[in-house]
Amino acid sequence: MTTATLYGLLAAALIGIGLFGAILHREFLRRIVAINVLGAGVFLLFGAVARRGAEAGVTSDPIPQAMVITGIVVAFAGTALAVAILMRLADHDDDANVDEPSEQPPAHAPTGGSGDPP
Amino acid sequence: MTPLLAAAPVGILAEPTRGTTLLVLLLAFPMLLAMVVFLARGRLATWSVLIAALATLGTAMALVVQLLSTQEPILSVLGGWTPPLGVVLRADGIGGAMILTTAFIACAIAGFAESSFRSTATSDRRAQTFWLLLAGVWGALNLVFLSNDLFTLFVAMELLTFSAIPLVCLDGGAAPLRAALRYLLFAMIGSMLYLLGAAIVYGSFGTLDLGVLADQLRAVPFAQEELMSATSLLPSLPPSAGPDAAGGTVGAAHASGGDHLLLALALMTVGMLAKTALFPLHFWLPPAHGGAPPISSALLSALVVKGSWFVVLRLWIDLAANWTSGAAEVGAASQFLAALGAAAILYGSVLALRQQRLKLLVAYSTVAQIGYLFLVFPVLVAAAPGSPLASAAMAGGMLQAISHAFAKAAMFLAAGLIAESFGHDRISRLGGAVSVLPVPVIAFLIGGLSLMGIPPSGGFWAKWLILSATITSGQWWWALVVLAGGLLSGAYLYRVMVATGGAAVEVIDPVDGPAPAPRPVPAAMQAIVLGLALISFLLGLVAVLPVDLFDIGRVVGWLSAGKVAP
Repeated sequence: MTTATLYGLLAAALIGIGLFGAILHREFLRRIVAINVLGAGVFLLFGAVARRGAEAGVTSDPIPQAMVITGIVVAFAGTALAVAILMRLADHDDDANVDEPSEQPPAHAPTGGSGDPP
Repeated sequence: MTPLLAAAPVGILAEPTRGTTLLVLLLAFPMLLAMVVFLARGRLATWSVLIAALATLGTAMALVVQLLSTQEPILSVLGGWTPPLGVVLRADGIGGAMILTTAFIACAIAGFAESSFRSTATSDRRAQTFWLLLAGVWGALNLVFLSNDLFTLFVAMELLTFSAIPLVCLDGGAAPLRAALRYLLFAMIGSMLYLLGAAIVYGSFGTLDLGVLADQLRAVPFAQEELMSATSLLPSLPPSAGPDAAGGTVGAAHASGGDHLLLALALMTVGMLAKTALFPLHFWLPPAHGGAPPISSALLSALVVKGSWFVVLRLWIDLAANWTSGAAEVGAASQFLAALGAAAILYGSVLALRQQRLKLLVAYSTVAQIGYLFLVFPVLVAAAPGSPLASAAMAGGMLQAISHAFAKAAMFLAAGLIAESFGHDRISRLGGAVSVLPVPVIAFLIGGLSLMGIPPSGGFWAKWLILSATITSGQWWWALVVLAGGLLSGAYLYRVMVATGGAAVEVIDPVDGPAPAPRPVPAAMQAIVLGLALISFLLGLVAVLPVDLFDIGRVVGWLSAGKVAP
């Protein structure tokens, strides 16, 4: 097993864990953390791709590394925005961190946009 | 990979094309506006919005005129760096059409917002936030429509998402904040899946440029030597290129690039579908679009969902459709996309019929109308680019996107005016609305006629072209869905028509007490809403013209451009 393969497998594991958490958890904060785990896996995979795609004599392909930096910035910005919205939501709602039960049919959802002026 | 820096310009990239500056200006104007309104307030902000909006609209018009006059896609090689390393902006017919649509609708919404801010004495801060987000959405959409590589598309989609989400919770409140957060989490999972797909594509093909990828997938026989010289430094070539293509140090390790491509396409598509809200990933859309202020809903429903749809279109039509050795898999995937679209049409229309609130009805109608956009995929991936069938299907899909954008902007703004005037948007209590607010109600219904597909509306032509393209290609079952969707949208429109046309009902709510008398709304806002609805309705009359536009630059690829004659 080469180093790149090991990194690739680790990336796959992180992506799996992150996706599982992001989809199955109902608390917003846990989902935000899970998405970051998913992101870490994707970034690690970029690293593995860079290592494997490098030509003989070169340590690493710089293009995936350049892309991963952008990816990290985007993930960071998204996380910051999500936490900011969550904090604003906590001012309104004591149960801010809990998403509504997903099995509830949206047709009857009473909160589905009651943000209009009364 | 350093030797790539010395790669010679590929094929037509060596020749400069006319109109390159237009592409840069289309991105520069909205981004400059975003920077200016970040600092400017009040009157200064209003003037800068006016100038930037008109400048972008003018540039978009110039772009379409240029495209129509040369019948060639317009390229801008950023910094002179050519693919596979550099980034190229490329405006083809469909991109140009979407840019022009975006410009018209963004200008209309900006005018509506300005009038609304003035009439309700909105705080400078709220106005400033809206202008900033509008500029962000506009610039990001232009970048989506001009991007020619998977990574620029990623950056553009992120910019679009991060500009769109604060629009949902512009006015705060628990429900919109919750809707915005759920939208954001969906979108972030989608972004990560897309990025994962892009990583796999890079690992398999050594490039993210759509033109180079299309060339590799097509493995154009007559340009094989040219292809090799252009891409010999890349890690791999697809298996279809034959054993002689397995050059390079690591080429052999990537012999199964095709399987990777299918996985990558699946990941990127699911990521984008989460942002487009295609059934069954639509759950975030109705609360987000229905709960946002009308100016935001119009922008989100008319334009933002089209951005991610356009990325899916690029992935499957400009990229996967060229993959000759994987035609069976691509065909099956496109049938699956169309099946999801069909489910979205039926599900969204039925739920729209059952809504009690006008804005939620419009939001569910968006879920349904998004479905039509995916019905053209099976026809498009199977037909040769430039063939009459492909042209008709592409025109159908694009007209659906454009006419829905105008109709939905008009309907959300009209619903907003009605809700603002009545103080609520419960359909059962909107009796007499047509006599109090004739213009918004009529605009709402005209927009609805276009969604239903009544001639000569843009929606009629879109649905007619989709219908005939699916029947011509022998896939009549999609045509049944188109017809059923039209009937269902007629039904929910009829509900609104009956409710607003009837006599005013004096309902005394046990909680709110007697409803207050409806308030008047400014004439300028009513005019803008009516204008948008009329454009959507009359779009069918110019349907003959855009068919030429959509065919420009349909063949993607640097080596094959101009060689595979349409």
